[in-house]
Amino acid sequence: MTDAAVHPSFPEAARVALADTQLRHNIGHATHTIRTKRAAAVAELPDWEQLREAGRALKERVLRHLDEHLLELEAAVQRAGGIVHWARDAEECNRIVADVVAVAGVDAVVKSKSLTTEETKLNEALAERGISAWETDLAQLIVQLGNDTPSHILVPAIHKNRAQIRELFLRTLPDAPADLSDDPRALAEVARRHLRRLFLETRVGISGVNFAIAQTGTVSVVESEGNGRMCTTLPEVLISVMGIEKLVPTWQDLEVFLQLLPRSSTAERMNPYTSLWTGVTDGDGPREFHLVLLDNGRTDVLADEVGRQALNCIRCSACLNVCPVYERTGGHAYGSTYPGPIGAILTPMLSGLDAAGSLPYASTLCGACYEVCPVKINIPEVLVHLRAEKVEHSRRAGGTAARLDPERLAMQTMARVFASRRLYEAAQRAGRLGQRPLVRRGRIDRLPGPLSGWTSMRDLSPLPDQSFREWWREHRA
Amino acid sequence: MSTARDEILRRIRGALSDVPAGESAGEVRVAREYRRRGCSDRADVLELLSERLVDYHADVRRVPAAAVGASVGEACRRLGLLRVAVPEALPAHWRPDGVELIEDRGLTARELDALDGAITGCAAAIAQTGTLVLDGEGTCGRRILTLVPDHHICVVRASQVVELVPEAIAALATAVTERRAPVTLISGPSATSDIELSRVEGVHGPRHLLVLIVADSGGAQGPGA
Repeated sequence: MTDAAVHPSFPEAARVALADTQLRHNIGHATHTIRTKRAAAVAELPDWEQLREAGRALKERVLRHLDEHLLELEAAVQRAGGIVHWARDAEECNRIVADVVAVAGVDAVVKSKSLTTEETKLNEALAERGISAWETDLAQLIVQLGNDTPSHILVPAIHKNRAQIRELFLRTLPDAPADLSDDPRALAEVARRHLRRLFLETRVGISGVNFAIAQTGTVSVVESEGNGRMCTTLPEVLISVMGIEKLVPTWQDLEVFLQLLPRSSTAERMNPYTSLWTGVTDGDGPREFHLVLLDNGRTDVLADEVGRQALNCIRCSACLNVCPVYERTGGHAYGSTYPGPIGAILTPMLSGLDAAGSLPYASTLCGACYEVCPVKINIPEVLVHLRAEKVEHSRRAGGTAARLDPERLAMQTMARVFASRRLYEAAQRAGRLGQRPLVRRGRIDRLPGPLSGWTSMRDLSPLPDQSFREWWREHRA
Repeated sequence: MSTARDEILRRIRGALSDVPAGESAGEVRVAREYRRRGCSDRADVLELLSERLVDYHADVRRVPAAAVGASVGEACRRLGLLRVAVPEALPAHWRPDGVELIEDRGLTARELDALDGAITGCAAAIAQTGTLVLDGEGTCGRRILTLVPDHHICVVRASQVVELVPEAIAALATAVTERRAPVTLISGPSATSDIELSRVEGVHGPRHLLVLIVADSGGAQGPGA
């Protein structure tokens, strides 16, 4: 994940996003709609909390014994006629995929939606080797045709409205009729016709993985449109790329995750299509199956005992839809494949605090994300943990300049003052005197110098004339 | 040659230094306190299945066992399906008259693209979620059969219907562990909500799904039987 390194910090990017009223309208509409539907879908299950707890515990089981589970998966996939590859980083992953495509002797592949290959920038890497990768999920196609980047995990093109999509299709799809309307039905039909031809012609498919079952070697793709089925069934060669954390221990465990994911994600009881395959099946589907197991920073996340829970994530996007920050900025401001609250913890751990150190601050710590998370990732806990790490990291990395940073000095002084009653009460008295010229009609609406940032958005209540302690001493005496 | 494998495993073991060496995966407690067996009446379960299928815009008919072939034929005429793919194992009494049936003996995607629909059975159906479960064998047919043509007609025997997701997963366990069956879960026709979240049906899979729920004749059989 090198993308975050060249991306502006979250506050800078958010400022641009907030000024885009079309974007704010689209994202606001989408997040509110899905949020309401999700609440209804979840309320239908009387045992939702028990399912969440089981989902969390199963992920904990997998992660605490990840090496064993991966070896079990590898053996099961091989027994079933699949080929397993291991990739330490994005570059190695992309090279493995490109090599398999090259051996198959084709220059085009069809792809179903995969965040993991988005993370590794597989399409760009394939293009460098002269291989075209066709995105087949409708939203991913819209993003690809527009040379754009996804803005939401579940609905990547949600920042575009129908008029914008119509215009894009007219410009980029040769088979789009000139009188194309902006009815979503008509737009989807153009995409269907365009992609059907590719599905029938293309001999290599690439997919992501929602769940891989260690016990049986079964791999699954959960989707709505049928493009996932097309990519995993029609081609002769199938390459599936998964992060090493996408495991569940046994076949039975699917009974938990197939209930948690659709309701949290698209707010459906069940998504239209779930494909589950185990290696290769004679006469049915691809005759060659490759599974790529990708690390790319995940073992660093695993090593963080507080942050490890971020690897529970099943990429449902429920946390995006309830987040008051995401709702206003959209996904692009996060500068990462993984936006929203989960991205704010996952990205800095995957790619380092130097690259994405502003993201743990992209939150109000309201806790809505934790409440909706189907695998109970305590996102606020990890955010606070990462903020502390970031401060420590800056201190260590910054030398003298960092030690003399005014914010740091102010915080150190405050810590000393708050630790002593004598100093604290002296500070209160000093503050009461000092604030006099600033108080207007019982409020402070403008602080001087570096403190002005606090009052640029809100008023401050002045210190009262008497503290409770002072009142108590006076009245007890 | 597997240096990446060794390196990743080494990194994982290093990252998990806090996990006690003697701990086994089974010792990480997983409470399965969620519902694993439905407790509704059979009639209610079948009613729930229809309701949930209809909710996702599938067409649903309840038919007596003796009338499956006639119902399929009537549906084909109504939908204008002239040439339809079927798995070889599709029972004779499910096959309609007056429709050209093409048995699947390795039909290609292009051949299927030229057909109007497919008729299959299923391995199980989940009432709670309105889901059809196909396991690639017998009346389910190969995966491609229910993917490429525009219409899918699926016959569900009442005895195959379970109430909850965990019951279906349990019913499939043998097929997956022993036969490595490719499994497809289908809930309604293919759909997208990618454009302004407005739902459009029929993106890449079948645009139309018709489900015939058949009352069992004779002794009740378990799912997958």
